[in-house]
Amino acid sequence: METLTYLKNFTEVAEEEIMKPGHVACPGCGAALAMRLALKTLGRNTILIFPACCWAVIDGPFPYSACNVPVFQVAFETAAITAGAIRAGLNATGKKGINVVAWAGDGGTMDIGFGQLSAAAERNDDIIYVCYDNEAYMNTGIQRSSATPWGAWTTTTPGKDFKKEKKKNLLEIMAAHRVPYAASTTIAYPDDLVHKFRKAMSIEGFRIIHIFSPCPPGHKALEKDSILEARYAVESRVFPLYEVEAGTHYTLSKNPPQRPVNDYLSLQGRFRHLTEEQRDYIQKNVNAEWARLMHHMRVSEAITNEHPA
Amino acid sequence: MKHTVETVPAPLPPDDYFMMGDEASAEGAIAAGCNFFAGYPITPSSELMVRMVHRLKETNGSFIQMEDEIGSISALIGASWAGARPMTTTSGPGLSLMMEGIGYAAMTEAPLVVVDIQRAGPSTGQATRPGSGDIFQVRFGSHSDYEIIALSPWSVQEAYDLTIDAFNLAEAYRVPTFVLADESIGHLREKVTIGETVERWHRPTAPGMPPFDTDDENGVPPMPAFGQGERLLVTGSTHDARGFRKTQDSAAHQRLVGRLVGKIRNAAEKIARYETYSLEDAEILVVAYGFSARAALEAISELRRDGVKAGLFRPLTLWPFPEAGLKLAAKSVERVFVPEMNWGQVVREVERILHRDVVPITQVDGEGMRPQSIIDGVRGRAGMNS
Repeated sequence: METLTYLKNFTEVAEEEIMKPGHVACPGCGAALAMRLALKTLGRNTILIFPACCWAVIDGPFPYSACNVPVFQVAFETAAITAGAIRAGLNATGKKGINVVAWAGDGGTMDIGFGQLSAAAERNDDIIYVCYDNEAYMNTGIQRSSATPWGAWTTTTPGKDFKKEKKKNLLEIMAAHRVPYAASTTIAYPDDLVHKFRKAMSIEGFRIIHIFSPCPPGHKALEKDSILEARYAVESRVFPLYEVEAGTHYTLSKNPPQRPVNDYLSLQGRFRHLTEEQRDYIQKNVNAEWARLMHHMRVSEAITNEHPA
Repeated sequence: MKHTVETVPAPLPPDDYFMMGDEASAEGAIAAGCNFFAGYPITPSSELMVRMVHRLKETNGSFIQMEDEIGSISALIGASWAGARPMTTTSGPGLSLMMEGIGYAAMTEAPLVVVDIQRAGPSTGQATRPGSGDIFQVRFGSHSDYEIIALSPWSVQEAYDLTIDAFNLAEAYRVPTFVLADESIGHLREKVTIGETVERWHRPTAPGMPPFDTDDENGVPPMPAFGQGERLLVTGSTHDARGFRKTQDSAAHQRLVGRLVGKIRNAAEKIARYETYSLEDAEILVVAYGFSARAALEAISELRRDGVKAGLFRPLTLWPFPEAGLKLAAKSVERVFVPEMNWGQVVREVERILHRDVVPITQVDGEGMRPQSIIDGVRGRAGMNS
């Protein structure tokens, strides 16, 4: 298998804009930029499956579609299953060379669609599953999801009742399914995002890409700060960028100098209420999670070497 | 057995308020003593959920945001059997996911309230637009035989009042109860008058008595709760009076399902509620509910201005349907029309009850029913085109 390397410069990305202007995303939408880059990489031989999520709206009202590739909008909990079934249907009719891409939000992935996601992963359905994660139900009015981080305000975790549960760790859960490819990325690192889609396309079976997607209205952040917020998420180690192959082989994608988590929190009104102690608590958790990830990577590598499959 | 009745001061100070239907329904729930809410975001019902977050905090109740609507209905069943007065809110697609749980709630006789803010369907449909497509779904959506109660508010005031009634009926009959509002009412803002007191009905209790059968002719057994010291056995399988599974016993099945259906059917005329307008000399009867009834009231007064003697029958309970009232109202009219924001659902029930031709007036365009749609419908069929 050809080893994929990172882009040397961004001109290696296809010039063609498959996603067209005229989408109806909010200004500064991370999910819209993610789609633009993803489609540039995936190319036109792609079928997109949207469950209920922002992107079911962003694509535009019929007959206008910003995506410019076939789109299947499905029920909230069914993106992974429908994608798997489309692949099975394509196989049954002998059609090859098509990217089947489920493209779901964090609620559709980690809450209502979680059972079906797990089932598709276990069956190793030959799809690329993308979770664009804006960390709440933004489309219905900013209700908390299991991807909402500790400390965040949402309309169902208001004021002093900010969310007291930690964010579900999607990538570790998917790695535990031992799927061929699982990776995290975000819009502030377009080279990384493109690389991970290219890599996913080079692998068969179940592939999942988890994209951190800033949401200015939901995060109560400035539209102009979306890229900055995504960059700070990585630099502060709130959202580490890494890959897991076969559920066991870890690669850290980016390791910039660590930035205090408060830089990341301060960009967003949804964390405005947090006291200094609470910010410290988040910092400690981020440090611990990072240490756990580093440890996990080393141990997993050592065990793989000890017990080659 | 009979429920008990308690009268308490209304939680909101008695006054006139200006609020949204979704908010009024939440206030009705709090007034009715709702102390547990589980829900999942879905347009156009999310405002109700968000109001409950704040109100349950103030009243020391429990709020859980669920991972989906299967979670919501299951949480209600659990909370109900723990002795709480539970509620959720949803819209068509979420209601579809709840169906197994609704059948389970009916089978285990768990009082609970579902406020369905209907939107234009089927499937995802038009999430932000009204429809009345869930009338049959709430009644027949889960498999096999059971009965439920469903109320249909036509105003923000009724979103408040009927939500209180829904809790009371759910408790009195130990049955899942629905408030079938729609987006037009859910997002409508108008005046709500809050009275001084609220009547709360509580499920019948009788420690030590079997929770799944009764000799009482109303067919409602007493309901203990987990944590009260009884060794409860609750199952969705066919069961006897004590809850023991009787999955091979035909007599037990016949008796159980017969009672589940009978406790509502036998009380149907007691539960059923309706209003009539301008029926005295009516030749044309319009049967309308929910938001459509507002348009119908306007339509009959316009028709009357033009010399058409039209009257309105408005059921407040859709399940059970006020059969006796409808028969009386239709007795001497020439024609019956049923305007609905669906392709014809309640019209079937009206036809079944009246044994005569009934004309559906359907408006399925994702808009609230227009008086003109009803006027056109009546004129078209009644041969009175001017």
